[in-house]
Parts: sequence; structure tokens; C-alpha cells
Amino acid sequence: MRPNKTVLSTSFLAFGLALASTAYADDAAPTVPYVDSGRLLLTQGVSNIEGAAGGGLATWAVISGYGTRDAVGGNVHATYVNLPSYTLQDYGASVGLFDRVELSYTREEFDTGSTGAKLGIGKNFTFDQDVLGAKVKLFGDAVYDQDSLIPQVAVGLQYKHNEQDAIVHAVGAKEADGVDYYIAATKVFLNESLVVDTTLRFTKANQTGLLGFGSARDDNYHPEFEGSVGYLVTRHIVVGAEVRTKPNNLGFAKEDDWYDVFAAYAINKHLSATLAYADLGSIATFNNQRGVYVSLQAGF
Amino acid sequence: MTVTHPFRLAAILASSATLFAASAASAQDSAPAPAPMSGGPAANPAGAEPIPGDGVYKAFHEQAGIDRIIDDFVNRVTTDPRIAERFKGANLVRLRFELKAQVCYLTGGPCAYTGKDMKTAHAGMDLKNFDFNALAEDLQLSMDKEKVSFPAQNRLLAKLAPMQRAIVTK
Repeated sequence: MRPNKTVLSTSFLAFGLALASTAYADDAAPTVPYVDSGRLLLTQGVSNIEGAAGGGLATWAVISGYGTRDAVGGNVHATYVNLPSYTLQDYGASVGLFDRVELSYTREEFDTGSTGAKLGIGKNFTFDQDVLGAKVKLFGDAVYDQDSLIPQVAVGLQYKHNEQDAIVHAVGAKEADGVDYYIAATKVFLNESLVVDTTLRFTKANQTGLLGFGSARDDNYHPEFEGSVGYLVTRHIVVGAEVRTKPNNLGFAKEDDWYDVFAAYAINKHLSATLAYADLGSIATFNNQRGVYVSLQAGF
Repeated sequence: MTVTHPFRLAAILASSATLFAASAASAQDSAPAPAPMSGGPAANPAGAEPIPGDGVYKAFHEQAGIDRIIDDFVNRVTTDPRIAERFKGANLVRLRFELKAQVCYLTGGPCAYTGKDMKTAHAGMDLKNFDFNALAEDLQLSMDKEKVSFPAQNRLLAKLAPMQRAIVTK
């Protein structure tokens, strides 16, 4: 039997919060070795839909968690996107090691609801995908290097496994598994109170893998762009916009680029919330999939 | 085919150009530098050239505001359990004096900084990023208390952030 998703992700968050609060008490010296929550508020971005540190849709070069280069950090997150014809729920965990390496796992559940019946795959048919991510910072520091234009640059990969093997093949995908590769450049421009990211992703994914990878007519890696611009309103709040381009491999339905406008609020280094309005375009022949994106994150 | 869409193409080219420029700049940066750049930490004991104009200095409420910020800041850092230890035995009168002059100078005020350069001033302290950032957070609280606007705070932090390379040695 499927565990209740909401209960699962809520308990996940609660666990993370408990972990974070026991590991580190505010305004006190680190009490657990290798936990310092020493980076500045919001400089880790937030956990994005694929579980990596980033914006909501884009993956950034920053490392998850607030650990400095002498410490480890991490997060758990739960995200819910409510679209006219679908819902997407995901939850996951990430660790940042010495502000250098990030490892993440996220479970994505794309629920077709009543649309499933119209698509002929059954009401509430859900595409489940596991995303395992690894990211390594190569050079630069997004925050310290304010006297140069050099951004923080990281490379990473995401192994994605879609559990609905038969259906993703039926819709025309070539594979149910895929690997995305990316290189990301992120920089905070303190003079302008801006954070900017540009990411180049090489992918075969259809709708980020929720509909499998590649197709009979196109099984090549495509270079795709992810970009975020955020304005730092206060130490706790960043507002901005994002774009993410995607391939268009499948024959039965066109695929659009994704956009969002977002506001992220970091209550403190252990809890943050992101609210966005996302335009995910056409998904599996259902157009104008625009809706609210809510994400909660707990960590240290 | 979607890749030919002009926006997508422009976006992909833009990201490639950014990444290429970043790696080129980084390669250049890691090459042996013949001489300190003007404005670099080595060239100026205050650690940076001042912010042009007097807008930021005014946003800090000039010398009186900077004095209040630094007095509050020194109280904070010397009682912050994360970093208070670092200030044991420090001459706090002198620390206040130097910091006031440095912030006045960096924000574009009519001051000269006559103290030690950042590397010398922090030599042997074995400071980590944790210490540097904790201090920055305390400064943010002191600037908040003086009601310095957030963009003006960030203008100063933009000058202070690169000093991490000279200050953090561990």
C-alpha cells in the first residue's frame, strides 16, 4: 500500500526540523562537530523541484545547507505544485559537505488526478520519479568574490528513475531512466542586492523525466538553459523570476519552457518557505498549466 | 524544432557565454599576478577603495551614525558566544577607533584609515569562515539598529566580503 504522501512529507519535515534544532542552537557556539550553520542567510538558495540547492525550477552552483567549508549542512524539503490538470508533490533530503559537494535525493509524484481518466491511463494515475543528485563546486565564491565578476561555478549530474516504465514507453519515451548533466554559475551582486544564476543543462528528459527520456524521433542530449534573477529585499526575503527551457522530444504532445515568479522567506537558518506562481505550459496535451508552487524547507 | 526558437537560442548562448567568461576569468585569476591590482587588498590598508559619492555615507547617517553602529557592533561581537573568545585581550578602544575610521572611509566619508592592513591585523588569529560570517551577521544587526537601508548595507558588505581572502587563514 502507498503511504499517505502528505503524512510522509510532513513527518519528513518535522524530522528535519528536530534534527536541525538539536544540532545547533541559535546564537551559540557549534555544539555538534562539523555543524556550524555558518554561512549567511539565504546564500544556500532553496531546495528546488529536483532536490538540488537552487531556485524553484533552476539548479544553482551553491551547496545545500548552511555549513561553511569547515562543516556539513543539509536540508529536507517538501514541495507542492497545484496545476489545473495535475498536481506535483515532491519531498527529499540533501547534504552539503564542506561547502564543496552536494548530494541529494528527491521523490517526485506527478498526480494526473481526473486528467488521468481523460488520458486513458486511469484516474489518479501518478508518475513517480526518484532523482539522485551530485554537485561539485569547482571555483569561485558566490558571496565573497564581490571585487570580481567571477561567479561560483559548479558541475553536477542527476540520475532520474521513473517508476512508470510501461506508461512512459507507451507515451513514446525511449527510456524510463536518464541522467542530466549541468554546469551552473551563481553570483550574488551585493552592490545591486541581486542574486543571478545561469545554468546549462544537458538532458534528454521529457517534462524533466516525469514522462521519461528521449523518444524514437529524438534521443539526443539537448543543451537547455536555466536562469534565475532574485532581488534581496531583506536578509530574510528574496523575490525573483526564473526560466527553464526544455527539450520537445515526444510526438503525442508538445512540451513548453517553464517560468515562475517566486518569493522565498527564510525565517532563520533552519526553516524557510517559498511561494511561487509557475507557468509550466502544456503538459501531455493539457495546455496552460499555471499554478501555485509552495515549498517548505528545514535544515542547518 | 524547439532549439531554433530565438529566445531559447539566445538564452542558451547567454548561459554558455557566462560560463565561458567565468572560466576564462578564473583561469586568468589563478595565473601568477605580476603586481597587486590597484584597489586590491594589498594596495590599500583599508582593504578596499571607498564607495564613490557620499550617498552610502549619508545612508549610514554620517559619522554620528557610524559611531553608533560600531559602538553597538563591538558590544555585539565581544558578547556573541560564537566569536567573543576571539576578542579576549583586544584593545577595544583602539578597535572601535579603527573600525569607525575604516567604515567612514569605505562608505565615502571624509576619513582616512591609518590602521594595519587586513592581513596583518588578523595574522595569527586562525580565523575561519564561520568567524568572518558571524561577524558580518553582527554588523548587519548593528546596521539594522541604526536603520541603514538594506541596499546601503549591502554596498558596504560588498566592500568587506572580499577581505575574507586576507582575514580568513584557517
